[in-house]
Amino acid sequence: MTDIADTRPRLSRAARRPAILAGLGAFLCLAFLVSLATGAVSIPAGDVLRALLGMENDARIAAIVQTIRLPRALLAVIVGAALAGAGAAFQGLFRNPLADPSLIGVSGGAALGAVFVIVLGSTLVGALPFLASPYLLPLAAFAGGLGATFAIQGLAQSRGQAATATLLLAGIAVNALTGALTGLLVYISNDTQLRDFTFWSMGSLASGGWRAVTLAALPILLALGIILTRARALDAMLLGEREALHLGVAVQRLKHVVMVAAALAVSSAVAVSGIVAFVGIVVPHVVRMMAGPDHRVVLPGSMLAGAALLLIADSFARVIVAPAELPIGLVTAAVGSPFFLWLLMRRRRSM
Amino acid sequence: MIRASGISVLAGQRRLLDGADLCVRPGRVTALIGPNGAGKSTLISVLAGERRPDEGDVRFDDAPLGSMAPLRLARRRAVLLQDSALDFAFTAEEVIELGRLPHSGDEAQLFDARAISEAARLAGVAPFLSRSYQTLSGGEKQRVQFARAIAQIWRPEGDARGESRYLILDEPTSALDLRHQRLVLDVARLLADQGVGVLAAIHDLNLASAYADDVALLKNGRVIASGEADEVFTAPALGACFDVEVEVLKRANGQRAILV
Repeated sequence: MTDIADTRPRLSRAARRPAILAGLGAFLCLAFLVSLATGAVSIPAGDVLRALLGMENDARIAAIVQTIRLPRALLAVIVGAALAGAGAAFQGLFRNPLADPSLIGVSGGAALGAVFVIVLGSTLVGALPFLASPYLLPLAAFAGGLGATFAIQGLAQSRGQAATATLLLAGIAVNALTGALTGLLVYISNDTQLRDFTFWSMGSLASGGWRAVTLAALPILLALGIILTRARALDAMLLGEREALHLGVAVQRLKHVVMVAAALAVSSAVAVSGIVAFVGIVVPHVVRMMAGPDHRVVLPGSMLAGAALLLIADSFARVIVAPAELPIGLVTAAVGSPFFLWLLMRRRRSM
Repeated sequence: MIRASGISVLAGQRRLLDGADLCVRPGRVTALIGPNGAGKSTLISVLAGERRPDEGDVRFDDAPLGSMAPLRLARRRAVLLQDSALDFAFTAEEVIELGRLPHSGDEAQLFDARAISEAARLAGVAPFLSRSYQTLSGGEKQRVQFARAIAQIWRPEGDARGESRYLILDEPTSALDLRHQRLVLDVARLLADQGVGVLAAIHDLNLASAYADDVALLKNGRVIASGEADEVFTAPALGACFDVEVEVLKRANGQRAILV
């Protein structure tokens, strides 16, 4: 028999969890300040802090920080946290580190909703004046994203059970369908509409301002809060669905809750920012490499890191071609795709 | 006691189980034996509460199993499944720690740390607790999963809470070498002696014969013989179950040797 002291080297990773989260939190704060300071007009950090506290004497700087950059930075934070947090949750649920919310139709459905409004919106406004609201596009994208998710979940269920493989296949079919309908609407669109949709699908945090923040914050915070409470259940899911059940997890309910919460978060994010690719895959993976797969660190860590990443990507998008700006989806995809390929190669070698 | 009576499970037109009866008694090791495709894994999934039978009922200490919430069941019953794939880089210890999940928030949480280290010691996985699960060999993985199951129902010895506990093992020795096959079943025996009801599907007849108190022979979805090991480990019963000629010898030390 071995000595007890030998059998129990304390979990170094578990002990490191708070430090990692604190580090990511600090990184997020830093990225937040950088994002407020950078742009067409560069503002020193001290002035940024004064403007945030309402103590800045230069009205022009105060206005830039408070009415332009602050809402945009907050939008980056909630969108980044939503995409990365939902991505981490999906990967746990499907026990696949490469899973992405787009698999279950969120992005495809949201894109369909958006293109519907962009192409047919102006035709419909005459008949239904309330459709002229600026909330229309985000709401349509939101409804499209949730609708596609529910359709896939409904299709994949038989006798109250949703088999993961069926879910993924149903996702492929529904994605193809929304893709075809989106293509059809794009086909009948005029040049302006085509341009609007193309820019929407490349993602941007530019349009929203405070309106977008208030629209998306509540559903995203709610959804992320729900996801955070399911951390340990998702850990059990990594062992397998049957194993999780035998560990006391109500697996079907967990799947339902996490899918709806993650779809809510992603739909809300897509509604206000368009499609921002790869944050949902890349960020959770990096957090797992740093801290292990435990969802008690992967979920909050991904939310913090996703927020920080989007702040940085947005700052980059704003300065690289200033005074114009790049769509943020281009920046994240340009960084994300090579990283993703590298992951795939590494995985193939390890198999 | 977990008691399954008249269990039938249908898959399309096929009857995976056809009126099977089985009891798992606290303090005893029950071996489930039968040829491939006899329905062992199906019966185990029914007894574990994972699959609802199309006919028949299962009682868990006299309560209908179907009415028990997964969490309540998980605090008293652990299951080791055949092959568990894990695609994420947990350490062995983190996997075992997951066995304590059902106890978060109940009083047993107090001895989580002891349960984990004891389970690791019993399963012989203590030396590689901090290694990544993915880098372990097949046999080491199986023993880590075994340790997780032990941790789930572990209690300090002499802890007289009176609630019966069960350990359900589906082919727990399939990936193990001879020494570790013995180790796993020795632990099952030890836990049974502490009052745990153990059910194990075992392929190796001699191994089953050395450890089982009770035996059930399963063939084509039916239990064709069940009872104490001495009554069931007979040449005619085993021969009928596996459709081969079997000889059962009694060795000088009282152990049976089953020859095919």
